[in-house]
Amino acid sequence: MELYEYTVHEIAEKLEKNEVTSYDLVKSYFDRIREKDGLVKAYVSTLEEEALEQAKKIDERRKNGEKLGKFAGIPIGIKDNMNIKGTKTTCSSKMLENYESPYDATVIEKLKKEDIIFLGKLNMDEFAMGGSTEQSAFFKTHNPWDLGTVPGGSSGGSAASVASDLAPWTLGSDTGGSIRQPASLCGVVGLKPTYGLVSRYGLVAFASSLDQIGPITKDVTDSAILLNLISGHDEKDSTSSSRPKEDYTKSLVNDVKGMKIGLPKEFLGEGTNEEVRQAILEVADKYRELGAEVEECSLNVGKYALATYYIIACAEASSNLGRFDGIRYGYRTENFENLKDIYKNSRSEGFGSEVKRRIILGTYVLSSGYYDAYYKKAQKVRTIIKNEYDKLFEKYDLILTPTSPTTAFKMEEKSNNPLEMYMADICTVPVNIAGLPGMSIPCKLDSKGLPIGFLLVANSFEENKIFRAGFTYEQAINFRENNKPTFKGGEN
Amino acid sequence: MAKEDYEVIIGLEVHCELSTKTKIFCSCSTEFGGEPNSHCCPVCMALPGSLPVLNEKVVEYAVKAGLATNCEITKVSKNDRKNYFYPDLPKAYQISQFDLPLCHDGKVNIELENGESKEIRIERIHIEEDSGKLNHDEFGRGSFVDLNRAGVPLIEVVSRPDMRSAEEAENYMRKLKSIFEYIEISDCKMQEGSLRADVNVSVRKKGAEKLGTRTEMKNMSSFRSIVRAIKYESERQIEVIENGGTISQETLRWDDVSRKNFSNER
Repeated sequence: MELYEYTVHEIAEKLEKNEVTSYDLVKSYFDRIREKDGLVKAYVSTLEEEALEQAKKIDERRKNGEKLGKFAGIPIGIKDNMNIKGTKTTCSSKMLENYESPYDATVIEKLKKEDIIFLGKLNMDEFAMGGSTEQSAFFKTHNPWDLGTVPGGSSGGSAASVASDLAPWTLGSDTGGSIRQPASLCGVVGLKPTYGLVSRYGLVAFASSLDQIGPITKDVTDSAILLNLISGHDEKDSTSSSRPKEDYTKSLVNDVKGMKIGLPKEFLGEGTNEEVRQAILEVADKYRELGAEVEECSLNVGKYALATYYIIACAEASSNLGRFDGIRYGYRTENFENLKDIYKNSRSEGFGSEVKRRIILGTYVLSSGYYDAYYKKAQKVRTIIKNEYDKLFEKYDLILTPTSPTTAFKMEEKSNNPLEMYMADICTVPVNIAGLPGMSIPCKLDSKGLPIGFLLVANSFEENKIFRAGFTYEQAINFRENNKPTFKGGEN
Repeated sequence: MAKEDYEVIIGLEVHCELSTKTKIFCSCSTEFGGEPNSHCCPVCMALPGSLPVLNEKVVEYAVKAGLATNCEITKVSKNDRKNYFYPDLPKAYQISQFDLPLCHDGKVNIELENGESKEIRIERIHIEEDSGKLNHDEFGRGSFVDLNRAGVPLIEVVSRPDMRSAEEAENYMRKLKSIFEYIEISDCKMQEGSLRADVNVSVRKKGAEKLGTRTEMKNMSSFRSIVRAIKYESERQIEVIENGGTISQETLRWDDVSRKNFSNER
């Protein structure tokens, strides 16, 4: 077995027992990147020299008997919208193509303290806006299960790299499904934590009231480990929760007896692919077999959730992206005669079409005369959606739905139809609107050999229930052991 | 008709820099001056990914100002973004307060020339961040942005249109200055811009109910120029009306050298 094939909890044990070195581990990933990233195109930039250098030092410290963190010397890949000091943070945009960050995001600081090593920065839809990673200004990332299909998005690079063993685990960000949907389409585990559990300081903001950083991993155990490393209160993020830190690995219990799971019928109806529907029903049956109570229920939010999401997310984006104005950093046009030209031309030339579409939409719904009709109303619907979930969580521990209504779609199939692309977010978006935690776990392949994922949603700060149920499922049905990406299909 | 037949209506929006040690949303120094861009960090430079954290002292100082001016204190308050593009505004929005200011419905008393006391009502006091500064190169090589002042905490004190003469406006401004100095929330150094006012002026015929159209003069930072500007502007407005013209609502720039107002739009 190659080093890059292990999960983090497996390889950490080998490091501890001195069976492998961090240097060899990190090197195996860069060799793998050289071998496969030409096909997948997950990385925007790699940090090979620094990573190998750091691995050597950690091996040295380990050899000298220094007490190291349990995951010291393990590498990670980072979505390219999180700042690592002294490296480029591009958000896969021409606007920030040459932008080098002078500071570390809080999650990066936390990982550095644990001596985690950074492999590089991963491709994404520009400024995290999109569901296919086709909106990257640089290049498209391919799904390793079928190179002619998309990996999902916006954290497409983060998911595709884990699926292809180009990184043992990665960080993504999720505003409307951007961790869970690509995890589902790539057959890996993706968790969007409760809003406020992980600090957003240093994550380039898309929609501040929805954004959340989370782990993309090979299995549920690694997800709990990585969440342990990145969660916790941060005084630099006023929205970060001050709850005491939890050890999520304690929730990795192989037992769901007594757990109550709701299965909302609205998410299995029209618009959901039949194979996906069947797969979710099989997951429900598996949970019943494992001792959980699974019951059909109703969660009638889908109709309003998408409209609400696109109003709130675009409104916040239009304000958050105002700072990219060509004045202090980032792209500046060469065509200007006055200040207005600098703004207009820098932003017209620096942003891609999807980003511009959302800025225009957001500016419109915030403009005077429309604010009450759109933004204020959307905020009210947001409260209603949250209340609907609250009611369900009085009865259920978890809610089970598909992560995505379809498996990976063909490249360019939806890139010219924004509305159809937005529909792909139908299962994930309500979870962000309500600020809840949700995890996508792979369950099987469809008839085309593409992964299907299911989504477990819990009440705020009840990640422990997700880990317990996710872990129990994975012990019964280990998707990863039985399925490997084939890298079939040519260049698109 | 003559000047005496008109009544001058004045309202002031007074901006006062608070003397907290650090800025409103980061821990950079608020000290005046310094090398350009030396009191800056990722937050007040608006680098991608940075987030604001509200300085508790700013809230405390603003509440003090509210209590000292007989305001009611808003129990649940919030900040709002005011979005616009300008090079001295690095985030392209100013964090201010819109519908739930910290303090509202206050009043202060000023002394009139005849020895009587007059009440000036305060509509609201809210907290917000100051912008940076543009330094225009004297050799025409361009403009440079200095963000040392970006994020210095301000309170904005908005009066009702209760003043009827330039002298009353000056008295009101002096009253606020003395209160804020006494409760030690600001050094109120007008020459450094710590205390400055946007002045709104309109005129109407005595006895008329309806307020006239107002013009606004921004960033006035000496008592003398406030008095001169109000006198000039009210006389200009009366003359326009007397000649059959109408006042258009606009922002004017007071020039203390020529002692005239200039329209920014003209």
